[in-house]
Amino acid sequence: MKEKPRKVQLFHTCIVNEVYPEVGISVATILERLGVEVEVPTSQTCCGQPAFNAGFHDDARKVARHTVDLLLKSGDPVLIPSGSCCDMISHQYHMLFENDAEYLKKSHELSERCYEFSQFLVDVLGITDLGARINAKVAYHPSCHLLRGLGVRTQPKTLLEGVGHLECATVKDQEECCGFGGMFSVKNSGISGGMLENKLKNIQASGANTIVSCDMGCLMHLEGGLKRRGSDINVKHISQILAEGLS
Amino acid sequence: MAHFLDRVETALRDEHLRDAMLAATRDLASRRVNALANLENADMIRDLARQAKMTMLRDLAGNLETFERNLKRNGIHVHWARDGKEANRIVIEIAKAAKCKRAVKSKSMATEETHLNHALIDAGLDVLETDLGEYIVQLADTTPSHIILPIIHMTRGDIGQIVHEKISVPYTDDPEKLTKIARAKLREAFLSADLGISGCNFGVIDTGTICLVSNEGNARLCTTLPRVHVAVMGIEKLVPSLAEFDWMIKILARSATGQKITTYTSVISGPRRAGDHDGPEEMHVVLLDNGRVNILGGEIAEILGCIRCGACLNACPVYRNIGGHAYGDTYPGPIGAIVTPGLRGMKDWKELPDASSLCGACRDVCPVRLDIPRMLLKLRQTGVEEGRAPASIKWMMKGFGIVVSRPWLYRLSARWGGRVARLLASRGWIHKLPGLGGGWTRSRDMRAPAAKSFQQLWKERKRA
Ligand code: SF4
Repeated sequence: MKEKPRKVQLFHTCIVNEVYPEVGISVATILERLGVEVEVPTSQTCCGQPAFNAGFHDDARKVARHTVDLLLKSGDPVLIPSGSCCDMISHQYHMLFENDAEYLKKSHELSERCYEFSQFLVDVLGITDLGARINAKVAYHPSCHLLRGLGVRTQPKTLLEGVGHLECATVKDQEECCGFGGMFSVKNSGISGGMLENKLKNIQASGANTIVSCDMGCLMHLEGGLKRRGSDINVKHISQILAEGLS
Repeated sequence: MAHFLDRVETALRDEHLRDAMLAATRDLASRRVNALANLENADMIRDLARQAKMTMLRDLAGNLETFERNLKRNGIHVHWARDGKEANRIVIEIAKAAKCKRAVKSKSMATEETHLNHALIDAGLDVLETDLGEYIVQLADTTPSHIILPIIHMTRGDIGQIVHEKISVPYTDDPEKLTKIARAKLREAFLSADLGISGCNFGVIDTGTICLVSNEGNARLCTTLPRVHVAVMGIEKLVPSLAEFDWMIKILARSATGQKITTYTSVISGPRRAGDHDGPEEMHVVLLDNGRVNILGGEIAEILGCIRCGACLNACPVYRNIGGHAYGDTYPGPIGAIVTPGLRGMKDWKELPDASSLCGACRDVCPVRLDIPRMLLKLRQTGVEEGRAPASIKWMMKGFGIVVSRPWLYRLSARWGGRVARLLASRGWIHKLPGLGGGWTRSRDMRAPAAKSFQQLWKERKRA
């Protein structure tokens, strides 16, 4: 078996940096506990997905080039606490650079080293049980790009099942999109709001007190919906559940 | 016609529609899962089916020529229609030449595309839809909202009301009674019809055969009882041989309704021959382009491999919420979001590819593994390249590219943006945002950016 990496570069994503900084801290805390050193490249910005998804590939490419160059400076694996941003860098960059041989090659090189947080823990480090304990009934929300883009279906569930006292609620239509979709949530806010409504109804019916996901984009949207409805259900990145369960 | 977003609003206000759609599509989706689980080598068959379609499309022109030759060898008349108008004119000419007066139709999306019914009626023909769902659509003078289940948006009560009003029978919402009433009407029509019109699910190149699948047997009656049969088919509907046809039907019904196979599968190789018990005296195939050739050369050519199973509609959370009519044209759901701008151009349809969260549920269920999200992204890109994006978004994205590719500028804007946003917030939450942000706060609150970014926290943590 390959030697386990001792160090990772954390691509924290723009949402974590600006809105949910505590998620970055819990990600780093868990990694350090597992003996993995965390480096945070300070020049990182955003993966470029907003422009890419809106069809503005020239603008997205500028951002993507910057990100590729930055993350290739080191040979360490890149850890991304977001299924969506990880899918963007590992897969969609190929589409973005389909007419740019140099960066296409670079983006392939990069994508081999990119891991979403739960994927890295379970598939690379081989961790399933961190010894965490927490009293919570959680509704796991598999974000679409994590699930269908990266094909990460079982890893987050494995990690959650390894947490003592934690109960995973059964959520109807669990794998249906929550309606976030980046700019979609703004441009098509009516449809997005309808999808949010369905999702929250099902989560509320599940009796969960916390929504756990591997994507802060979806959680920002879900949390905003909960707040609007005056609900006291919390949202947490999976690393937060693990970190809290360890403290 | 109302703007797409207006149609969406109308649909969203209709709770009744949303509930009906959610229940029906979920049911279909779970049937599909079970049906495919029981198909041995399902994944392999899907791969093979995809490959067959893609290979066929690579030489569509050549394949069409061979197909035409083989149709003619089977005694079938072949016509080419560049667009819907031409297709309709051809059908009307065939009807007039053969002195047909009454047409019966089986379900066909191609003729929905060309609005054939209206053209026939204008030309003085009687025309009756014989698929039960399409019959109700015709009675209600509306359009199908799903490519397999045209009246998926209606409840039993809705159907009962329409039948009651349109053909003056006492109101009932009992499906069996309604079916009986409709069947009686349709039987009369079948017996007096002299023209049968059908679509075509698959055209088999090497045998020159038209294949139709249906659950009600009406397609078979439409193609055997009347004197004349006309099949209207999109030019992309070809498969090389009956072997590939076999793969297709294995996955089509399972993906569509969760059945192993549709109740009736007709393989038609020409008009009645000496010694045949039934069949039309005269058979025609109209090969319809209507924008398909334009799609063929471009980024979304893959969509021409679609076998119209409807699985992507059932899986689509957007479709589930807004129903089919909001899409504004023949094809709803993910397939419509690609085909409609593809066939009709981006000018009037650029909102359709935008209306997706790119969740990928469609790609997962598509039996021929069409990468629908990729095509949506490509269409968005095309829209931008054709200069169709609103100026505000264009400048926003330009700004995004410039700022976000420069770390110092990004940090500066994030810091100032955060400050402004926090001013708008009360207790860390923003309830109403101006401009584009208003889209966000329409449906949810917005958490204000944190006072200290992760990178700041990280630096402090390192120092401590
Ligand atoms: S795109 Fe795929 S899933 Fe959708 S109707 Fe066509 S074949 Fe079926």
